[in-house]
Parts: sequence; C-alpha cells; structure tokens
Amino acid sequence: MVEILQYDFMRHALMAGLLASIICGIMGTLVVVNRIVFLSGGIAHAAYGGIGLAFYFSLPYFLGTIGFALMAAAVMAAVMLKAKHRADTIIGVIWALGMACGIVLLDLTPGYNVDLMSYLFGSILTVPVSDLWIMSAAAVLIAGLVVFFYKDLLALSYDEEFARIRGVPVRTLYFMMICMLAVTIVMVIQVVGLILVIALLTIPPFIVEKYVKSLAGMMIGSILLGMVFTIGGLWLSYTYDITSGAAIIVVAGCAFLVVQAIDRLVHLGRLHFAGRPR
Amino acid sequence: MESSVVEIRNMSFSYNGHPVLERVNFDVRQGDFIAVIGPNGGGKTTLLKLILGLLSPDQGYIRVLGLPASKASHFIGYVPQEINGNRSFPITALDVVLMGMLKPAVRLKGRSGRDRSEALDALEKMDMAPYAEARIDELSGGQRQRVLIARAMVTKPRLLLLDEPTSSIDAKGQTDFYRLLKKLNEDVTILVVSHDLMVISTYIKSIACVNRHLHYHGTAEITEDMFEMMYPDTLTGACPVELLAHGLPHRVLKEHR
Repeated sequence: MVEILQYDFMRHALMAGLLASIICGIMGTLVVVNRIVFLSGGIAHAAYGGIGLAFYFSLPYFLGTIGFALMAAAVMAAVMLKAKHRADTIIGVIWALGMACGIVLLDLTPGYNVDLMSYLFGSILTVPVSDLWIMSAAAVLIAGLVVFFYKDLLALSYDEEFARIRGVPVRTLYFMMICMLAVTIVMVIQVVGLILVIALLTIPPFIVEKYVKSLAGMMIGSILLGMVFTIGGLWLSYTYDITSGAAIIVVAGCAFLVVQAIDRLVHLGRLHFAGRPR
Repeated sequence: MESSVVEIRNMSFSYNGHPVLERVNFDVRQGDFIAVIGPNGGGKTTLLKLILGLLSPDQGYIRVLGLPASKASHFIGYVPQEINGNRSFPITALDVVLMGMLKPAVRLKGRSGRDRSEALDALEKMDMAPYAEARIDELSGGQRQRVLIARAMVTKPRLLLLDEPTSSIDAKGQTDFYRLLKKLNEDVTILVVSHDLMVISTYIKSIACVNRHLHYHGTAEITEDMFEMMYPDTLTGACPVELLAHGLPHRVLKEHR
C-alpha cells in the first residue's frame, strides 16, 4: 500500500478522494436527512449544461459550471419550497434539459470534443494540484458554514415548521444549503465524476444514520466511511488496474449491501429469539 | 378566565380560491382548555397555522397576547402531529427538547449547561427523563408525543397548541395523555385539535367546533350537533355502539321522540 504513494499522481488522487469524502460527508448527511437526493442528482446532471455553456462562449470552466449549477439549484430550491408536491417532476425536467443543453452546446462548439465518460466517472488520477487547493477551500467554507448554522440546520432538517415558528430564517437557510450543495457537486464532479458524487453523497450517510445519535455524528461517521471507501477503491484500482472512480463506488456499494444484509440477519435473529417460548 | 390569549376578529382565509374559514370570531381566554373539533378539511389545522403565524388571514385579524400572530409565535408552544417523514432521523430526545430553546439571534454560544438542565427538567416533568439519551425513533408513539410536549413547554409558553396529539397512541395511553394535559393546564392555556370526542370530554373545559365557521361552546358538553358533525350519519344511520361502549359520562343522544 505504502509504495503506491511514491507516485505524485497517486498522492494527489488520495488527497482529492479524502477531500471529496469530507465535503460529501457533510453535505451528504444534509441531503439524506432532508430527502433531497433526487434534487442533488438534478443539480449534478444539469451542471453539464454549464460545461457546454463554458466551452461554447469560451468562459472559464468554473465560472460557467458553477454559475449554471447555482441557477438550476436556485430554481429547484424555489420549487421545493413553493410546490413540493410537484417538485420531483420539475426537477426531472431541469435534470434532462440541462444535460441536453450541455450536449447540444458542445456539439456546436468547433474543435472541442469533451469526453462524456470523464464527466460521469471523473479522472481522479489526473487531478492537478490547483484543484486540490480549490477543494480544500470549499471544504473549509462548507464546514465553517455548517458549524456556524448547525442548530438552525438541525431544526430545519428535523421539523421545518417548528423551525419557522422559532424564528429560524428557513427560506434563506434552505437556499444557502442548496447553493452549498451546488458548489459541492461542481467541485467534486470535476475531480471524481458525477456518479461518484452521488455515491459519496448518499451511501456513507445512509449506512451511518442507523448507528449515530446526532446529525454531527452522522457527518463525522460519513466522512470517515467515505475515506475508507476512497482509500479501498484507490488500492483496488491500483492493484487490479481498474477505473478508479468505478472502483471506489463498487467498494462503497458492496459495503452498503453487506451492512444491509447483516442488519436484516440481526433483525431476523431477534424476531426468532423473541418468538421462542420460555 | 379573564384576559384573552388569542383574539380573532372577523377572520376569513381561503386556499386557492376555496374558502377554508369564514368570518371567524374567537377568543382563547387565559387558563382555558379548549378542544377544537370538526370534520377533516373543516379548517382545524388551518386555524392552528393562522394562530401560529405560519399563514396570514385574507380578512380580519388575529392577535396573540396583543401582537400580530406572526410576531408572537415565540409565546406559543406547538406540538405538531407525529413527524412521520423523519422517523429515522438521528437525534436524541434531549436534543429534540433543546431544539425548543433555539434562538436564531444568539448563535455560536454553544449549548450552555443551563439550557441542558432546563431541557432535562422539561423531560422530567413528562416522566421522560430516563429516555433523554435515547434516539427518538426508539420511543413509542406516546413517548415521542411527551418529548414533543417537553420541547414545546421548555420555553414556558403562554399557550400550548397541539395538533391531533393522540393519533398514534392507544386508548389507555390517550387517557393518561389527557390527564397529563389537564395537569399542565394549571399553568398554561391549552388548545388541542382532536378527533376523539369521547376521550377528551372529561378533561377539557370548552369546545370549539370548526367547519368553515367556528362555534364556541363554553362548556365541555357534547351536543347532538357536534356529534352529527364529527360522526355524520351515526345518529340517523348505524348505531354508534363503539362510542357508547366507552361508558360516556355525558348524555350524548337526544331522547326518543
């Protein structure tokens, strides 16, 4: 394992994976408890429209994608707050439309041919150092905001109506949370790809949720679990020469299935013993 | 029973063009224990949300302790219906109660020991202190409701609002629950939305019937009209055997003619 780290690209990949785990552990916890996984998927796919926009108008990459993702996210957040009962449909529309716009714009851009696969699965092995700095800044910003607004975010996530009555600025906080999510997604997609973002956002928090007693515990547990998955996946990827992003997801997915199976068995075992005559 | 905690004058509210409440006049007096009853869709929950300031009336006004409702919600302790959507949320009973002390203006102060001990006191009063560190989803429906009441009571509200608090509690638990509310009523005015006329009747002081309009009855006597409104057709149609089986201390049915 240690000899892998003699390569620069491996060290950078590891750093990128660990940073992604931190950001996704924090935001993923909020995503899971607020049940906005679908909305996250929507932002992630719609952000492809931003990539198309950036290439077509020769804008800086981050400006195009973050701008577009924030816009799509703001519309989705507004729909979630105003018309929750049809939010999933409208998010589905933005999801598809954003992605389609991206592809059309890239088709129209002369000379460019962006690989869709690298957008889906990222290229964690070729992360430049500059991206590591940007991700570190995002991690610090997101962690700072979540710590500062922790109680309010907790109340908003647990019982939105009660939070409103206690005077929490629910609307503003909700928009802030969704915007943080958009930034997270764009940052992490760049590095590890869209599929891995969704996996890191959902799988660790979901596994951890049952075993913790607080939102903060869930965030910390998710971060650690995400790190384990990332390291495991990178090791697999190196040892067996497989695509790194996919390897990380396979590790996470297998852990998810194993934990589900164990839970099921423990539950059945309890039922069995409880049903025994004494 | 003197001053009004809530004062509603000539208030109307409609939702998407459908009138939900019309020309409601209603006073909640200090120390009262009111049951709000009425059919589903009759506007009970809407009335609660208007009092809480989550909705604002189209006409007329609501004052809570002399203030517009939207500025007075911190005087009200609110106990929502079971928070079903978030059952598996990782949070302890104590943290739920501490949520009641949330003051968005004072951030980053951390949870002082005083907040914590007050929250524990609130749980203690609900006989829930032993469960302070338990995850909320490990508790029974009745225990969860007690935690939510502790969360509402921890700020010492002037008015306690409960929305169908007993829907997830069995009959025995419901009686205990209302006995508990009756004790709380010594200190706080209570307004409870309820479905079950039978259980509440021995504990409450007055009844408000809401079905687009609001009728206030200063006594806890269940009248034939209320009965007809809550359980349509039971008087004329099927015999309400399960209701009589409770051994109701009130005369419910009119005399045979």
